[in-house]
Amino acid sequence: MSKRLVNILVPLISILLGLIIGAIVMAVSGFNPIDGYVALWNGIFMDTYTLGETIRQITPYVFSGLAVAFAFRTGLFNIGVEGQLIMGWLAAAWVGQAFELPAVLHVPLALLAAAVAGALWAFIPGLLKAKLQVHEVIVTIMMNYIALHVANALIGVISGGEERTEKIHESASLRSDFLETMTDYSRLHWGFIIALLAVIVMWFILQKTTLGYELKAVGFNKNASEYAGMNVNKNIILAMVISGAFAGLGGAMEALGTFENMSKLHASTGIGFDGIAVALLGANQPFGVLLGAILFGALKNGGLNMPSEAGVPTEIVSIVIALIIFFVASGYIIRVALNQFGKKRKEEK
Amino acid sequence: MSFLEVLYFIIPSAIFYAAPLILTAIGGVFTERSGVVNIGLEGIMIVGAASSIMFNLAFADQLGDATPWVGLLIAMVFGIILSLILAVAAVSLRADQTVSGVALNMLGLAIAVFTVKMVYDKGQTDSITERFSRFDIPVLGDIPVIGRMFFVDVYATSILAIIVAVLAWFVIYKTPFGLRLRAVGEHPMAADTMGVNVTKMRYVAVMISGALGGIGGAIYAQSIAGNFGASTISGQGFMAIAAMIFGKWHPLGALGAALFFGFAQALSVVGGSIPYVQDVPDLVLLILPYVLTILALAGFIGKAHAPKASGVPYIKGKR
Repeated sequence: MSKRLVNILVPLISILLGLIIGAIVMAVSGFNPIDGYVALWNGIFMDTYTLGETIRQITPYVFSGLAVAFAFRTGLFNIGVEGQLIMGWLAAAWVGQAFELPAVLHVPLALLAAAVAGALWAFIPGLLKAKLQVHEVIVTIMMNYIALHVANALIGVISGGEERTEKIHESASLRSDFLETMTDYSRLHWGFIIALLAVIVMWFILQKTTLGYELKAVGFNKNASEYAGMNVNKNIILAMVISGAFAGLGGAMEALGTFENMSKLHASTGIGFDGIAVALLGANQPFGVLLGAILFGALKNGGLNMPSEAGVPTEIVSIVIALIIFFVASGYIIRVALNQFGKKRKEEK
Repeated sequence: MSFLEVLYFIIPSAIFYAAPLILTAIGGVFTERSGVVNIGLEGIMIVGAASSIMFNLAFADQLGDATPWVGLLIAMVFGIILSLILAVAAVSLRADQTVSGVALNMLGLAIAVFTVKMVYDKGQTDSITERFSRFDIPVLGDIPVIGRMFFVDVYATSILAIIVAVLAWFVIYKTPFGLRLRAVGEHPMAADTMGVNVTKMRYVAVMISGALGGIGGAIYAQSIAGNFGASTISGQGFMAIAAMIFGKWHPLGALGAALFFGFAQALSVVGGSIPYVQDVPDLVLLILPYVLTILALAGFIGKAHAPKASGVPYIKGKR
């Protein structure tokens, strides 16, 4: 069996196995798995409204997945996407409500602010990693908590003691009447176009630029890259900063599209942590991340329909996703099985 | 309030908040020392917390005072079961360890909340009635100053955590088992050549982390939270991993780091009633533990080196 075919089959088989075990879990817990999956399907595709909500759900996952994947390619584990996303969310929400500009300027400015905020938040762990060899995993975890508390305090300051920031001006919003009427008034917004562009940008940086080549080289082998004359420290910082910018843009999707403001958060949004899973499902490839985010967002949004229609707790979806990740990660055993299968067929011929 | 009174107040609460972190961080030390990265400690803590609370609610009438302690054992068993999934994936199936750890976190949370919703028909359990209680240690408690700081009105769980940390130090550094564990984490091929069963050692280490992580979660749930919901354990597992790295993969180092986190957490919770501290803005107290950790790592602790083979699956016969 060709390597390419195996690479495509492993995730497909993993998804199938995840769904099968999910069905078994439902059956053992006394639910009807068929009803459960029909409800899941309806929650994703039932009508234009749910479809619009599904695409909306996918959008921030694309960004958080890209952010994690980008850092991974340089050998960095950015658990801090969550915090960078929160800072980006806040920055976009603030720019959206504090300025009055024509839409052609306002939307790009708000997006830029979000990207810069996320990038700055990621710059600190990048700098500490490059200059002082501090483990980026801990620093980014700590930065997540700091982001949460700082953002909550700033929301209070911006809004004058309220629990949420004011609604952003129309000119900064990514929502549109066209999309709303088309999807029966879902919260779908133009962010999904920006997400698709971001996928292409990441692909372009990694595959077509010297910078991307260097970042990947550092990820493969730090010492060899240094020996070849690359500035490893600079590349580590850059990788974190670009990763943080993607994360910040993910936050902008929530600020300018989904919620059009920012409320105080009691705990993490979870989008950043789920980004780790999305990146893993997508094998850290830009287009893989897109597919991972589509699967992840669709399952998550569809899962919301399961309690009302089939009485199954939504968490079954997370169980299925976790199992899929396990199977993708343990791809070795599926590969062995596929190879055995391939050999047998050859012998029969 | 005098300075000494402040210490009497804050040191016991620091140890109280640190106990779950200490146990979980020690669990992390065991796996990483054997060469397996366990990002999944958060998920293990969640399952430990959920199982102990559910057990506590169901059996408090029959078992009375002993309930939370039996709850710890239950949490330990479920922690081990969950960690076995990681062991199978990461050790036997050569899966990426970080990836499987992330999946374990997701699975742990999902299974816990799924079960709670199925049993109670709501996302959060009721509060438990039988919690861990405080007591005075005889004799030691009579020592002036120190006695009141450490041995009066203490939680048994705090003592348990410190005993486990010291025990872990003894096991890892003073026993043949510990030597093998460290060897497997630094250079599995050399250990294999000397006749150490790498797979078995790694399985045992992951199961130890499952047991300790489960107990850590159960202590958090039964002494601090009092009930279980989706956000009961939110980040404690990651803090434990941070404590482990902060403590340079050494059990006593992890103990110290966890105590430090506990101290910072206690300061932000009880700070409002301490002179001088109460004038500090809330935000500063809230982010203090995290900022201090970053500063400490950047300034004083210096380079931290993970065990050499940590995160790398061992494949027999591969150079």
